[in-house]
Amino acid sequence: MIEAPPLAAVKTERGTIPSNGSSMIKVCSLKKRIGQQEILSGVDLEVRTGETLAIIGRSGGGKSVLLKHLVGLMEPDTGEIWIQGQNIIGMTERQLGEIRKKVGILFQGGALFDSMTVEDNIAFPLREAGERDPRVLRAKVGEMLEVMEMEGQEEKMPESLSGGMKKRVGLARAIIRRPSCVLYDEPTAGLDPVVADSINRLIRRLQERFGMTSLVVTHDMKSAFDVADQIAYLHEGHIYFHGTPSELQQSTDRLIQDFLLGRSEGRGD
Amino acid sequence: MVRFFSALGAPLLSFFQYLGELVLLTADTFRSIFTHKLRWKLFMNQIVEVGLLSQLVVIITGGFTGAVFAAQTFFQFNKLGMGSAVGAVVSVSLCRELAPVLTALMVAGRVGAAMSAEIGTMKVTEQIDALRALAVYPVDYLVVPRVLAMMVSMPLLVAECIAVGIAAGYLVAIFMLDINGTYYMANMVRWTRSRDIIMGLSKAFCFGILIVFISCQKGLTTREGAVGVGRATTEAVVNASLAVLICNFFLTMMFNIIYPAGYQ
Repeated sequence: MIEAPPLAAVKTERGTIPSNGSSMIKVCSLKKRIGQQEILSGVDLEVRTGETLAIIGRSGGGKSVLLKHLVGLMEPDTGEIWIQGQNIIGMTERQLGEIRKKVGILFQGGALFDSMTVEDNIAFPLREAGERDPRVLRAKVGEMLEVMEMEGQEEKMPESLSGGMKKRVGLARAIIRRPSCVLYDEPTAGLDPVVADSINRLIRRLQERFGMTSLVVTHDMKSAFDVADQIAYLHEGHIYFHGTPSELQQSTDRLIQDFLLGRSEGRGD
Repeated sequence: MVRFFSALGAPLLSFFQYLGELVLLTADTFRSIFTHKLRWKLFMNQIVEVGLLSQLVVIITGGFTGAVFAAQTFFQFNKLGMGSAVGAVVSVSLCRELAPVLTALMVAGRVGAAMSAEIGTMKVTEQIDALRALAVYPVDYLVVPRVLAMMVSMPLLVAECIAVGIAAGYLVAIFMLDINGTYYMANMVRWTRSRDIIMGLSKAFCFGILIVFISCQKGLTTREGAVGVGRATTEAVVNASLAVLICNFFLTMMFNIIYPAGYQ
């Protein structure tokens, strides 16, 4: 097997990350064109084990596209994606299955199976992994609902859940098999500030309790500063900035300042 | 000139691309059937959806087709003094053509549309991406149970349609058209051969496969939200119905070589 490229040094400001120093995710020169538009034009990125990285950027800037590439839901035109030292480019859908067991993903709208109850949605990965004992399934679903602060909601259907609850159930389903890494696609989008804050606390709690590596795609700056050890700014298809939250705040770069302060002068859409 | 050829070429290219996608899905599904474990619960759910819940549609289709066909045949044959041949004509027609084609068209409208809409909605709401992200291959989970359920259900539905159609034709002929029941039955049994029934059931199997793959492929390639789901559903029903009618001609020609019609 081909060796993963060497690691780059990454600083964090939230104390020591429970990391063995290895790279969980490494992206090299990733390019993607959809139709006539170049969405990603050479993304280089690294997420180290145990770290929480937030990818920020303007809406429609390719953040979700980048996230989907990391679990093989989209194929790049060129470039490499290494997950725990394995290059996933060129893998078949079935080979990707093994990688996907290590990486959970929370979709923007939750992507719950609307024909199943909350309990069945959360238990789905375990059932697919061969677990059939209803007592074990119920216990594990109960534990997940407790972590998500959603006890007693087992029998509800997705259509009767609020946006925040759908995201919690989606997150419970993503982490019930204890993946090494969780990807969050706009976890606080469309939520009121209180619910958004509870989701942010949840992300940090999961990171602390289960030691999961996290990659959060967001354009909500409060969320990014709340959860991230590192922040990467995706601009015009490449990583424009990569550093700690305080380095981002101290940056004098005009583009970053405009984004942080929400200034739009001279940049009409 | 270039514009003419590019205008001609684009739809042709997209048609061949569509055929290619269908072939790839079919190959992938059969590979999965033989190499992966079947999800029995999903398969049984689909048997209920395709087979059990289509009962009323199939019974009404078969019953009224048999009744109308018996009446129309009688009105023509009676002028020639061949009223007792109605049973044979109804039975052979139902077995060889009417039951498989009409059942397939009804199933395409009822089940094909539902499959396409359900899978299409899952596609546009990222549920299929969620399946893939949870290391579940969508073909194994969504397509295989539907294909197997259709393979089992379609021949049974067509057999049921034939039986109901023959029974309805008999009732109309005996009680409304005053045909002699003994001659009716004797002619029907004499002229209806097992090869006629085999031909009808073989067609049903082929039509079922066509409907399920066309519907699933349309669902899996749905784009553009609710509008896309509506478009995929319509296209699935239209394409499946056209495919059934076109393939019926070729199957008829082929099966007539294997199972020649008439008393031999």
